Amino acid sequence: MEFDVVIVGAGPAGLSAAIRCKQIDPDLNVVVLEKGSEVGAHILSGAVLDPVGLNALIPDWKDKGAPVKTAVTSDSFVVLGPAGSARIPNWPMPRLMSNPGNYIVSMGNVCRWLAEQAEELGVEIFPGMAASELVMEGDRVAGVVAGEMGKNPDGTPGPSYEPGMELRGKYVMIAEGVRGSLAKQLIEKYDLSAGHEPQKFGIGMKEIWEIDPAKHKEGTVVHTMGWPLGKNAGGGSFIYHAENNQVFIGFVVHLNYENPYLYPYAEFQRFKHHPAIAELLEGGKRVAYGARAISEGGWQSLPKMTVPGALLLGCSAGMVNVPRIKGNHNAMLSGIAAANAAAAAIAAGREGDELVEYEQDVRTGPIAHDLKRVRNVKPAWSRTGMVGSLMLGGMDMWVASLFNRNILRTWKHGKTDAAATRPAKNYRPIDYPKPDGKLSFDRLTNVAFSFTNHEESQPCHLKLKDPTVPIRVNLPEYAEPAQRYCPAGVYEVVEDKSVPEGARFVINFQNCVHCKTCDIKDPSQNIVWTTPQGGDGPNYPNM
Amino acid sequence: MKVLVAIKRVIDYAVPVRVKPDKSGVEALIPKLSMNPFCEIALEEAVRLKEKGVAAEVVAVSLGPQHFQETLRTALAMGADRAIHVAAGSGSVSEPPQPLGVARVLAALAAREGAGLVLLGKQAIDDDCNQTGQMLAGLLGWPQATFASKLEAAKGDLRVRVTREVDGGLEVLSLPLPAVITADLRLNTPRFVTLPSMMRAKKRPIESASLEQFGLAAADVAPQLTTLSVEEPPGRQAGTRVGSAVELVRRLREEARVL
Repeated sequence: MEFDVVIVGAGPAGLSAAIRCKQIDPDLNVVVLEKGSEVGAHILSGAVLDPVGLNALIPDWKDKGAPVKTAVTSDSFVVLGPAGSARIPNWPMPRLMSNPGNYIVSMGNVCRWLAEQAEELGVEIFPGMAASELVMEGDRVAGVVAGEMGKNPDGTPGPSYEPGMELRGKYVMIAEGVRGSLAKQLIEKYDLSAGHEPQKFGIGMKEIWEIDPAKHKEGTVVHTMGWPLGKNAGGGSFIYHAENNQVFIGFVVHLNYENPYLYPYAEFQRFKHHPAIAELLEGGKRVAYGARAISEGGWQSLPKMTVPGALLLGCSAGMVNVPRIKGNHNAMLSGIAAANAAAAAIAAGREGDELVEYEQDVRTGPIAHDLKRVRNVKPAWSRTGMVGSLMLGGMDMWVASLFNRNILRTWKHGKTDAAATRPAKNYRPIDYPKPDGKLSFDRLTNVAFSFTNHEESQPCHLKLKDPTVPIRVNLPEYAEPAQRYCPAGVYEVVEDKSVPEGARFVINFQNCVHCKTCDIKDPSQNIVWTTPQGGDGPNYPNM
Repeated sequence: MKVLVAIKRVIDYAVPVRVKPDKSGVEALIPKLSMNPFCEIALEEAVRLKEKGVAAEVVAVSLGPQHFQETLRTALAMGADRAIHVAAGSGSVSEPPQPLGVARVLAALAAREGAGLVLLGKQAIDDDCNQTGQMLAGLLGWPQATFASKLEAAKGDLRVRVTREVDGGLEVLSLPLPAVITADLRLNTPRFVTLPSMMRAKKRPIESASLEQFGLAAADVAPQLTTLSVEEPPGRQAGTRVGSAVELVRRLREEARVL
């Protein structure tokens, strides 16, 4: 079936692109495919929204009832020690990091609202439909295949098998978010990262808590660094007081950590036992859990974003501003830029070519302005540690904010996150405290609160390029870190005396929360995340 | 033959629920709603009858608040020819329409449409009433076969053969048409909603009907039952060990009073 624009992913980037296309030309045929069972089911974010993108897209969003209501009223950065904490004063931080005028939101709810706006404009949105393949015509991306369902675990068609449908478009917009599966194929096929730094990532894990109303202060934004990660890894936490007595509490671990025994999920759980955090959560109840990788490469890691017939939007390219800890505004701006370019091209009779105007807009417009100033903060952290990043990165941001130049020029990231992992023989296993079931929880119990669900009778969507690598290479070399970096407990190494290797690598794909961390962090880059049947995966409420 | 299928929208089967703090009912931990699984099975059976040429038309009908229309859209995508939404109810999921009211509407609709067969799910997974099909048969004076795990009908037949799942095993009934049949789990495996069928379904109209058109008033579908309270079952008690079979029998007789 033919469309003008085919969009993969109903996140902020994809939906903004869809809306803008229809605003420019209501007669454009625009379709959005979403693998989650409904819009918002796979959306996980902090989040504090800078409304710059929303203002550009739908200026009267407030009158239209957008779920953007909780203004940020207090904003602090805190460095935690094992038992105490020290607040970093706000005044030395560059203005770009401050939050007045921004809102604490659930991006899941924002996307649901954006989907309503899009459908009112005539966009066709199909949740529960996973785009699993690219349709190529020579060198050009002509469309995608979506909606394939009913394969047996061995890959053969089952009794209810439905072949997917080809959706062809003059332009295909890939808005799959961080480490998108089709985006990864495009980046590899067209070598889009040539001449750019490799992309860098973190894993973000989040819980929603309903807390004691007496402790809840709507609009409060807190970010912490330091304990418990210390020198082991970059990262930190966020604590946002949202509406309805809910607190969004999350923890990010930069995936370029070296120690393969590091266990990001356990760091998150242990963090909650810090006296200041425990005090906030005591008497409350955890109501949801989820995880998603977050892009951290910033400006230097933006790949080439256009190929003949297709473009990469939002975090499929990687647009998070690390020190601002925000990317959703850039996602929306990129959707707008993509729609502007596509609509203009279609009106001029073009199709299937490279939308160079889009890439130009990203690299010279508001997204560039946002990302260029902060481009050295993450490399500074990787190279000089947290304090170095605060000092050097802070200074670099100040000069950039005032004089529009980065005196540190552009620092490189170095290796990929996977390649940064060092052999296990240099380290010892880390003794993490056991969860207490009240403030901290074991991984499998928490996974139940992601409401993730996969049709059991389908092929495993986590593909191994070489099935022997986990036990033959990863286990002796790196103590198979998949057992620890996966926030959902998908991967296990199980002792098995009946096989010559003595152990088996078990993949419990039903637990997967679609975070993409395995695809990113496997030191052998042997795991390839592909999309399961549409409708499967997490069912996040207001994450 | 025209087949009528009753569809209810409920909390999705995979969503955990908890008892509300005020004990007035249950609430879903996530607001995900879907077609009742047994209604899906009933609809699938109706569509298969049409594919076999036994049914000429499949009409899906839902009584409930506005958002029930989304599930009727799915019914169209699965193969229903028409979808009718009868508006009733406050719109909150915690107050779904009750079986007698639904049965009254279905009875009026079956008469108006000249249905030869009404297929329903055996029960809804939110209230587990297992009453609507039976009440409907009573109101219409039609034969009924509930908990169907197999349905045999050929084009032009005046009777259908239904295998029922009963406590003792399986029971096979022969029913003259028109009849009411409720679907149990093993009747079939519903087909996937495909992307092309969903695309076509989005463009098709869903008929809106009002109670007045059937000669009914709001009082006819108003809830007859009031929930007084919903509580969690008591927590599991620790077991106790017994020293001998004699002691076991004594304690079963004197303490547990089950002998």
